[in-house]
Amino acid sequence: MNVTIVDYYSGNISSVLNSFKEAAKYKPDLNINIKLSNKLEDIKNADKLVLPGQGSFKNCINSLKGIDGLEETLKEQVLVKKKFILGICVGMQMFANHGEEDGGSEGLGLIGGTVRKIKISPQHADVTKLPHIGWNQVTFFPNGIPIAEKFINRLDQNPHFYFVHSYIFHPKNTENYTRGETYYAGQKFMSAVIKENIIGTQFHPEKSGNDGLLMIQNFLTL
Amino acid sequence: MLKNRIIPCLDVKNGRVVKGINFVDLKDAGDPVEQAKIYSDGGADEICFLDITASNENRDTIYDAVERTSKNCFVPLTVGGGVRSIADINKLLSCGADKVSINTAAVQNSKVVEESSKKFGSQCIVVAIDAKKNDDKWEIFTHGGRNNTGIDAIEYAKKMEDSGAGELLVTSMDRDGTQVGYDIKLMSRISSKVNIPVIASGGVGNLDHLVDGIKLGNASAVLAASIFHYGKHSVKEAKEYLDSKGIPVRI
Repeated sequence: MNVTIVDYYSGNISSVLNSFKEAAKYKPDLNINIKLSNKLEDIKNADKLVLPGQGSFKNCINSLKGIDGLEETLKEQVLVKKKFILGICVGMQMFANHGEEDGGSEGLGLIGGTVRKIKISPQHADVTKLPHIGWNQVTFFPNGIPIAEKFINRLDQNPHFYFVHSYIFHPKNTENYTRGETYYAGQKFMSAVIKENIIGTQFHPEKSGNDGLLMIQNFLTL
Repeated sequence: MLKNRIIPCLDVKNGRVVKGINFVDLKDAGDPVEQAKIYSDGGADEICFLDITASNENRDTIYDAVERTSKNCFVPLTVGGGVRSIADINKLLSCGADKVSINTAAVQNSKVVEESSKKFGSQCIVVAIDAKKNDDKWEIFTHGGRNNTGIDAIEYAKKMEDSGAGELLVTSMDRDGTQVGYDIKLMSRISSKVNIPVIASGGVGNLDHLVDGIKLGNASAVLAASIFHYGKHSVKEAKEYLDSKGIPVRI
């Protein structure tokens, strides 16, 4: 199995590469070959794609769109060929139509919605910090959907994952998807999304210890 | 809900841990990878390396330590000590560090913080503040606590937030190494001044000090070195103790 981690020169992705290599060790029968690349050939030849992302939405999307043919190739592989893609942090946020950070920019539009800054209500202002940094719990609502069930297979009821972000994904309510929810600053937000072959996590499975590695293994076996 | 973090810190010199866990069953007590793995397997929420390599010719040893650790340890890794430029930060991040902590260089030139947080994102820029009490205020010290800059620590903390720091690692120089507890007033003053998370450091001698750092100092995370070394307390014990005191932790 070929897994391509999309390298669009945005932020540090060595943790992502290391964690996928580690998770792949537990699935020797899948013969997993992990590559860090932005070559269109490697995107086309991949069985699964990973879209990492750190820093600002605008920087990430501009870098991605700045690579000739990358956006179109990604969309073709995901929307037409229906390949599994895992977006991590800003990688997930870029699935949206629009991100408000730094004056706003258009996303990939793979999942309808907008990415906005976390609003902190006045009664939480004293104790609530931004960015939302650290380990928080995720509650998944797989509702018997096979891909969602498989993606969270062997995880505890409300597993902890490592977060670091100030913006959250507000999906359109017309979207049909499975979500994971996390509570912060007096509100629940969408911390994971599974829409057929398009999967996103606002948290970082690559930095979330054993549960993170388990989730990566689950993704590799989808 | 978001959990408070416990961060063990290891002093690394010439690529070897010089202050760390001293268990008899360790194959190589000086190996940063083995030490970091013990901590992460024990429930550490993050790992911090402080590079105290003195000579410039051995500076590269930290990169090798970070690279090997990041391939074996899957919780966030912060590296500090001698981080002076964008090039240093780039090198550490590409070796697998998730965050870097900048101390002296940030005091000398806050542009380093501005530029690096723009380039790499605030999430990986931690500004380390070493502060010492002087009459009714706290002043910033640099060069591992040797130079007094006279800069007000509270104002400086705000300035670093505005420059793009994602977190502040606040160490009381008065308390560091004393094991009498964090400087709670310093922590709470800085924490109420800024909106970014504060990591408390310097002075932990027992588990109640960790509780105080969070409950009274309003720190989001607590960093400690010596109580976790030499087997005095494990990270697991620390977490169970915090939990028993009603502090949200990941267990």
